[in-house]
Amino acid sequence: MYRYDEFDHRLVTERVEQFRGQVARRLSGELSEDEFKPLRLMNGVYLQLHAYMLRIAVPYGTLSSRQLRKLADIARKYDKGYGHFTTRQNLQLNWPALQDIPALLEELASVEMHCIQTSGNCIRNVTSDHYAGAAAGEVEDPRIVSEIIRQWSTFHPEFSFLPRKFKIAVSGTEHDRAAIKVHDIGIQILKNAAGEIGYEIWVGGGLGRTPMIGKKIGDFIRREDLLAYLEATLRVYNMQGRRDNLYKSRIKILVHEIGAGEMKKLVEEEFAEVKARGALQLPDIEVERIKAYFAAPAFETLPDATPELDAAIARDPKFADWVKASVTAHKQPGYAIVNISLKPIGKPPGDATSDQMDVVADVAEKYAFSEIRVAHEQNLCLANVRKKDLYEVWKALDAAELATPNVGLITDQIACPGLDYCNLANARSISIAERISERFADLKLQHDIGRLHINTSGCINACGHHHVGHIGILGVDKKGVEYYQVTLGGAADETAAVGDIVGPAFTEGEIVDAVDTIVKTYLGIRKEGEIFLDTYRRVGVEPFKEKLYAAH
Amino acid sequence: MAQHTRKGAQFQAVTANRLTDGVVVYLTADNTWSESLQDAEVAEGKEAGDALLARGQHFFEPGNLVLDVYLFEVEKTDKGIRASSVRETIRQAGPTIRRDLGKQAELEGVHE
Amino acid sequence: MQLIKNGKFVADEWTHVADDEPLPEGPVIVSYQRWLKEQNVLLARETPIGVQLKSGEEPKLIADHLDRLAVVALEFPAYRNGRAYSYARLLRERYDYKGEVRAVGAVLRDQFYFLVRCGFDALEVRDNITPEIFAESIGTFTHPYQPSTDGAEPVMSLRQRLAAGATVRKNELADR
Repeated sequence: MYRYDEFDHRLVTERVEQFRGQVARRLSGELSEDEFKPLRLMNGVYLQLHAYMLRIAVPYGTLSSRQLRKLADIARKYDKGYGHFTTRQNLQLNWPALQDIPALLEELASVEMHCIQTSGNCIRNVTSDHYAGAAAGEVEDPRIVSEIIRQWSTFHPEFSFLPRKFKIAVSGTEHDRAAIKVHDIGIQILKNAAGEIGYEIWVGGGLGRTPMIGKKIGDFIRREDLLAYLEATLRVYNMQGRRDNLYKSRIKILVHEIGAGEMKKLVEEEFAEVKARGALQLPDIEVERIKAYFAAPAFETLPDATPELDAAIARDPKFADWVKASVTAHKQPGYAIVNISLKPIGKPPGDATSDQMDVVADVAEKYAFSEIRVAHEQNLCLANVRKKDLYEVWKALDAAELATPNVGLITDQIACPGLDYCNLANARSISIAERISERFADLKLQHDIGRLHINTSGCINACGHHHVGHIGILGVDKKGVEYYQVTLGGAADETAAVGDIVGPAFTEGEIVDAVDTIVKTYLGIRKEGEIFLDTYRRVGVEPFKEKLYAAH
Repeated sequence: MAQHTRKGAQFQAVTANRLTDGVVVYLTADNTWSESLQDAEVAEGKEAGDALLARGQHFFEPGNLVLDVYLFEVEKTDKGIRASSVRETIRQAGPTIRRDLGKQAELEGVHE
Repeated sequence: MQLIKNGKFVADEWTHVADDEPLPEGPVIVSYQRWLKEQNVLLARETPIGVQLKSGEEPKLIADHLDRLAVVALEFPAYRNGRAYSYARLLRERYDYKGEVRAVGAVLRDQFYFLVRCGFDALEVRDNITPEIFAESIGTFTHPYQPSTDGAEPVMSLRQRLAAGATVRKNELADR
């Protein structure tokens, strides 16, 4: 894991002091809310329905046990003993008091954490693959370049007041777990024939009101040029991006309006100039310095076959279910990747109590080199666990209600906070996700259905990524009443696609039945070996439409 | 700011969030902010509503106690004052998915 | 309004002149449109000339005129509109402009640090800004992560120097 040096420490400490001053000016009345709002937003402080909300950055989703314990502690001390993990791999606290936030930030800084650029029209927290460093076939650990980008983008003087927020994601494997094609910039790490590392650049993807899949504008940007290329892209966007309409100000609209070819040309012209200046050339020594922090942990040399694991699976069917859903192959023989579901049946997706965070921190310390990942699907992950420890890991997680065996299944849903918390929401999303998971609670049914992602957003801003859910649900408001629009066929991986709207919206009372109808329709027409998305891609929207609206 | 009331609403009250901790508050008849909707002054008709909002905004917002002052529709029921929309009911009571949190602990049945 | 030039509060010798106003005595700042139309008149006055670019008027429009301009004023129509940060960097880095680059319009104290880093050497600021506030704002962060126009040594380079040997003294780090 990356560790701060004196420069990183100093900058974060200076940021705490700056924000302390800004809060003091607001509380004393020197700053009006209009003046304070952009300042608090630059530090992840929102006003929600019931209270303020604080969004804590978890850079590229990696946490140490020490950091997770501190988050648990902060949630206990300054909040109501729980937090919400988000699709940007961050943690949100739903009830902090404004007057406490400076003290809270100081505590965060003590474990090398912050809320810098978790909101505002700037470059947001860089996200990455939660299997980083553990996945087979990885070109390079994507956290190395993510950390380099984190530093370059932090308080970037030119790009702190962009037309709109700006999100970057990095993937180091061909199979994309970081949803890079629905980001403002998506970076795919590649290796060329000469064995050199470079980057494929996708630009202009995004969700929200106008969902778009990114376009490739860079085929192989050399490592030393990456920051110059990013700076060029951001400069083109900062100068040419629209500022006249909130809904047309993301880079995807610019790329759409001028075309990917023109965008590529503008970026390349700017890149040539920035590169020629040389100031942003990434020195090997800095890459090596950061790379060293992400070196593989001290793996033991183990055989991959693990008889004690096989015996436990045979002995304990509950454990077997969990292994089937939660455990994934590791590149190191004798090791496994463990996904921790934050989706218990009937509970809010992504929520974890302070006590649960402590349990995960302890388990990670004992069995996973003290390292935890946050997945953009709102789950946690232990990337490096010995297979022979899996049974003990499961027992500890299960005792804390952290072993729901549903990762990747229909009840492993993404949902934004929705109208239960959010000031922008039009409808509730968590309660819908809860009811869907109750409907499909039967594990045998879930396995029969297979991999199926349901994503729910409470408004058009699409924090719940509904456009790229296999089944997407969007909450809308019709005269103070909640309605839900359904999309089908979305995907966030390397086959990224925006879902198709199936038809008129459903009421709150109808929506779970509608999902049930969709699932039953799929089960009736799928072919051997197909998951929902395969079937949908084969048959299209019509069979589902027919069943859903037959009675109307 | 988004609209949280509607044209022709009969009863309206004024709400805001407290500056220091963000807690939902309501403007009362004696010009204080109360955490309980039951203490809110309810204005009947458009003119009274607008006057109530003006009092909340122009008199209180610069006073640095609250932020996001706005008007919303309410109903007078046997059980007291109730917000008309789902959103304002959730603001009044707390998240529907965590019935142990927010003010709903003391407001039994408000989400029913 | 007050003017901060190179970190000092100074009297502003320049007059902003609207397009329909007659030209007063002394140095004037005019719009890009007026500069295009009245270039000859303005140059004949033999007093220094400044041109103000609106958001959307990119510096490349005046790239060939810069040798005749003592001030380029960049307009911030709203503090959220950050286009001019890029414009300032381009003026300094791409067009090698050595004259005054002035921030005009909606500028918050919490932005002074960013403005100075992007090459603005003159800021028109609200009357409630004091030298203490200005100093506090631009001193917010000791070491930036990224290179910019101001030439402040980025952390990456400091690290390299530290790694190469003890050429960077601790107090140099603290004092900068």
